[in-house]
Amino acid sequence: MELFNIFIKSVFIDNMIFAYFLGMCSYLAVSKTVKTSAGLGIAVTFVLLITVPINYLINKYLLSPGALAWISPKLATVDLSFLSFILFIAIIASIVQILEMVIEKFSPALYSALGIFLPLIAVNCAILGCSLFMQERGFNNVAEAAVYGLGSGLGWLLAIVGIAAIREKIRYSHIPKGLQGIGISFLITGLMGIAFMAFLGIKI
Amino acid sequence: MGNFKKLIIEPLRKANPITILVLGICSCLAVTAKLKPAIVMGISVMVVTAFSNLIISLLRKGIPSRIRIIVQLVVVAALVILVDQFLKAFVYDVSKQLSVFVGLIITNCIVMGRLEAYAMSHKPWESFLDGIGNGLGYSLILIIVAFFRELLGSGTLLGYQVIPQSFYELGYRNNGLMILPPMALIIVGVIIWIQRTRHPELQENNKK
Repeated sequence: MELFNIFIKSVFIDNMIFAYFLGMCSYLAVSKTVKTSAGLGIAVTFVLLITVPINYLINKYLLSPGALAWISPKLATVDLSFLSFILFIAIIASIVQILEMVIEKFSPALYSALGIFLPLIAVNCAILGCSLFMQERGFNNVAEAAVYGLGSGLGWLLAIVGIAAIREKIRYSHIPKGLQGIGISFLITGLMGIAFMAFLGIKI
Repeated sequence: MGNFKKLIIEPLRKANPITILVLGICSCLAVTAKLKPAIVMGISVMVVTAFSNLIISLLRKGIPSRIRIIVQLVVVAALVILVDQFLKAFVYDVSKQLSVFVGLIITNCIVMGRLEAYAMSHKPWESFLDGIGNGLGYSLILIIVAFFRELLGSGTLLGYQVIPQSFYELGYRNNGLMILPPMALIIVGVIIWIQRTRHPELQENNKK
């Protein structure tokens, strides 16, 4: 039940885009067609699903205060949490590198569609942000962290596919010259964010 | 000297990292509900951009291009750790408000974007100035957004009340909507709209 609660919360209420603005760069740049945006969304979900549990384990057994006690009792007072940024980003960068090779091998079409944005997943704020939020919230076990990663990824997917669909529709609308492209995307995202606020306060 | 001016001034106007290049929106609109965290965030990003530009520019001939992203991330992450520890030591309350967003400077697209686009191919001093300029351009937008959100949302600036008490007695209410995150996006959208209307050459053509 707790897992389900975390899942719903991370998809709708703590949505990465609408509540925290994480991953906005690729969100705005890749959301021109539904197809590529869905591909990127799936890639992000996949990376989150892998990196968040791994970073959870690293945080629990290496970084948090007293975490090294399992090696020897003498190390129980060591606090390495200041290293978390550098370690998390190293894990994320290497997993993205592996994912890039796998996609290049098995789906060249998706690889060329995602183009530059695949390596940039490493610097997608949503990925690192999710790991940092995971550290801040202190989940109880790996399963909770994994579900949190999955939910955040799906929430991101939902948001990017939603805006891509809207942008496909408004392509032929009459938009003031200065607002075309990025400007209107910002306004739409803002309005979608307000719509998502309706989920606030849902209790399961 | 002309070069100096160009590197600092351009990002403030026509090459603004946020409104024109659309980089670095990621980690940062969430910190603009109040002016003070926005200023601290702007300064932090400026420091990180400037020094990572400098370091990468010094190292640029020795970095193999296959692993350059990882090298860049490590340099940036180390600088961000320094900034984070500094903030925790000297402005603890602001550091608490910024929470994970200081860490997210690592993945701020401005930092990576400038490293890739500028520092990898230019001399150290110019790269340093480029970093300062882009940091300033970024802070400018952050401060404008935070100014309106704090003024209209809480009726204060930097924590001081600016809207006179008598207004409230007459029935003036703070606009609670401005505190909510989506309004930051809408304000940036409006800033982009104004800027592109004033500079028609920046408008995107109809093909897109």
